[in-house]
Amino acid sequence: MKPDTEQYIDVPTQEMLISMGPQHPATHGVLRLVIKADGEIITWADVDVGNLHRAEEKIGQSLKYPQFVPYTDRLDYLAGMNNNLGYCLSVEKLLGVEVPDRASYIRTIVCELNRIASHLVAFGTYSLDLGAWTPLLYAFREREWILKLFEQICGARMTFNYIRIGGVAADLTPEWVADCRRFLDEQEKRWHEYNRILSGNQIFIKRTADVATVTGPDAIDFGWTGPCLRASGVDFDLRRDFPYLVYDKVDWDVCVGEGLKGTVGDCYDRYWVRMLEIIESVRIVRQCLDALPEGDIKAPKLKKVIKPPAGEAYVRTENPKGEVGYFVVSDGSNIPYRVRIRAPSFNNLSIIPKVLPGLMVADVVAFIGSLDIVLGEVDR
Amino acid sequence: MKRLIEFFKQSEFLRDPGFAWMRDMEFLPHLLAYVVAFVVVFSIFGIYAMFTIWMERKVSAHMQSRVGPMRTGGWHGWAQSIADAVKLFFKEDIRPSATNMILWIAAPGLVFCAALAGFVALPITQGWVVNDLNLGVFYIVAITSIEVVGVIMAGWASNNKWSLLGAIRGGAQVVSYEIPAAMAVMVPVLMAGSFSLTKIVNAQQGAWFIWASPWLFLAAILYFLSSIAACKRAPFDMPEAESELVAGFHTEYSGLRFAFFFMEEYASVFIVSGIFACCFLGGWHLPFADLSFDSGFMVFVGALICIAKIMFMVFMQMWIRWTLPRLRVDQVMTVGYKYLTPFAFLAVVGAAIYEYAGWNWIPYVY
Repeated sequence: MKPDTEQYIDVPTQEMLISMGPQHPATHGVLRLVIKADGEIITWADVDVGNLHRAEEKIGQSLKYPQFVPYTDRLDYLAGMNNNLGYCLSVEKLLGVEVPDRASYIRTIVCELNRIASHLVAFGTYSLDLGAWTPLLYAFREREWILKLFEQICGARMTFNYIRIGGVAADLTPEWVADCRRFLDEQEKRWHEYNRILSGNQIFIKRTADVATVTGPDAIDFGWTGPCLRASGVDFDLRRDFPYLVYDKVDWDVCVGEGLKGTVGDCYDRYWVRMLEIIESVRIVRQCLDALPEGDIKAPKLKKVIKPPAGEAYVRTENPKGEVGYFVVSDGSNIPYRVRIRAPSFNNLSIIPKVLPGLMVADVVAFIGSLDIVLGEVDR
Repeated sequence: MKRLIEFFKQSEFLRDPGFAWMRDMEFLPHLLAYVVAFVVVFSIFGIYAMFTIWMERKVSAHMQSRVGPMRTGGWHGWAQSIADAVKLFFKEDIRPSATNMILWIAAPGLVFCAALAGFVALPITQGWVVNDLNLGVFYIVAITSIEVVGVIMAGWASNNKWSLLGAIRGGAQVVSYEIPAAMAVMVPVLMAGSFSLTKIVNAQQGAWFIWASPWLFLAAILYFLSSIAACKRAPFDMPEAESELVAGFHTEYSGLRFAFFFMEEYASVFIVSGIFACCFLGGWHLPFADLSFDSGFMVFVGALICIAKIMFMVFMQMWIRWTLPRLRVDQVMTVGYKYLTPFAFLAVVGAAIYEYAGWNWIPYVY
C-alpha cells in the first residue's frame, strides 16, 4: 500500500499575530511593531508609535524662545547638541543674527563629537541586537569619554542645553581642547578594534549582508535621510550640499554605501556608513580644533529678550539620525506662534510595512537596529 | 557505587532490631546508597553552578573592560552567586493564569533532572563516578537530550507567543545538533573500543585522543561546536535569544523556577565539557607523563587534572559566548545539517578506516 502523501502536503498552518513591543528588548525604547508571522517568516507588519508622546511641539509654542532649547535635548536624546543646533539656527534665521566665528567652530566641534557618540551607541546597540554583548561595552567606553568632555563644558551628560540662541553657553578651555585631541587619537585607534571584533565577523556579515535591502529610489520615496539614505547609494549630505556652520571650510568626505559585503542598501551598508562617519567626524573635529579662532562665543548685539520680527523660518540640519528640520513661526511676540519639528527617525520608520514581509523574526531586529531610531524623536 | 552498597549491606545499624521489619529487603542498601550519591552529586553540582555563574560574570566583565561584581562577600564579589540564589529563592512565585499548570510546573523539574542525570555516568577521576555504566557515553547523550522535552513543555505551557517560538526553535535546534554531537563522540568510542567513559579515558594514557588522528581532531571540533548548540549557548542561543524573543521559552518563569532553567544551562555546559575532556583531552591523564592512579593521593590529583580540563572547556564556551554575535535560526539549521552532520559521518568512517588499517599517529593501549 502506498502511503497517502496527499494529506501531508497542505498541513494547515496558522499565522501568529505578535505584538513586538512596546516592552521588548530590541525595539530601542517603546516602539511597538505588530507582526503576522508564519512560523519564523513575517507575512505582514505594521508600526505603532506614540507611546512616548510628550507634545513637544505644543510645549514649543507655549514657552519663550530660549526656554524651548532644553526641550530639544529630549527629542533625540542621544544627540542633544545637534537638536539644540537646529532650533537655534532656526531662531537665529528669524532674528537675522550673525553668530561669531568662534561660536560656529565650537558648535561644529560639539555637534560632530555628539555624532560620534550617537553612532557609537548605534554600533553598540546594533551588536547587542544581533547577540554580541562585548562591542556594546567597547562603544560605551568611548562614549563615556565624550560625555565627560561635554560634562566639562556644560555640566550635563545627555541633556546639554549648551548651544544657545546666538552662540554657545560656555567657552572651551585649552585643557579641554587638549583632552579632546587625546580622545580623537584614541578613538581612531579603537575604531580598528571595533572592526576586528564585529565588522569583519563572518556571523555578523551573514546576519546583515543582503538583509532588508532598500534601494535608493525606495529610500527617497519613503523620505529617508541621513546615514540610512546614504547607505542606499544616494549621495546626499546636508553638511556638504547645503552647508551651515563651518562644514564648507573643512575637508571631509560624504560616506555612501557601496554594497561592501552584499548589495547596496542592505543592513551591513547602513552599519558601515555609520562606522565610516565616525572617522569622518574625527577628521572634522580635528580640523576645527586646529582652526579654532579667537573671539566672542555669543552674538554681541543680541538682546536679552528675544522677540523676532513676524515671519517664519525653516532650517534643516544633518543630525546623526538624518535630516532634522525646525520650522519656527513668529508673530512678533516673545513666544513662538508655532514650532514644527521634522524628525528623521519617524520618517525612516515608515518603510517597515514594505520591507519586513518575507524576512524572518530575527531579521526584524537586524533591520530596526540598522535604522538606528530613537523613540524620543519618533514620538516627540 | 558498589562499595557504597556494600558498606550499607555490612553496616551495623541495619542489623539493629528496630530495622528487623526491613532487614530482608534487598533494595534497602541500594536505596540508601543512591540517596547518598544523589545528595553528594547535587551539592557538588550546586557549588559548581554557583562558581560557574560567578566565573561567567567575571570572565565576561574582563572581556568587556569592566570588573564585574566586586563587593558582595569581599574578595572580588565571590558571594554574588549566593546572594543571587537567595534572592531568587525568596521571590514571589508568579504563575500566569493562562498557563497549562501541570506542564508549566513540571517543565523546570524535568529539564533539571535530565541535566542532573547526566552526572551519573561522568567520571571525574579513576573510580570517582556514581555508576560507571558500560554504555556511559550513550547514556549521557541520551539522557541529556530529554531536556528538550522540558523546553518544549515550558514553551507550550507558558501560553506566550515568544515562549512558543523559542520552544519550537529549541526543539528543532537541539534535536538537529544531537546527531553530529553523538556521531562525533562515536569516534573516540571506536578508538577505545568501549562506551564506558572510564575505559575511554584510560585508553588515552600518555596520548590524548585529540591528537591521535586527523579524524579525531575533526571529531573534537565537531563535538565542541555541536555541544555549544546542544547546550543552547551563544552563538546558538536561538531558544532564548533575548534580543529577539524577549527570553524565549522561559519568558514566563521567575524565581526558583527560573533558577532551575538557569542551573540546567550550566549543568549541560559542565556535562558536555566533561565528555569533551574525557573523550578528547584524556580525562585525568597528562600528556607525556605516565601517571598511575593506584594511590588515593594520585586519584585526587587526577580529579584536579580532570576538573581543570573541564573548566578550561567551560571557559572556552564563555569566551565564544562573549565574542560572537548570534546566528539566525535558518543559518543554525544550515550549519547543523549541511556542514556538521556530513562531516561527523565522514569522521566516523575515516576513523574506522584508520583504525582498521592501523594508521593512527599515536599508538595506544586498551
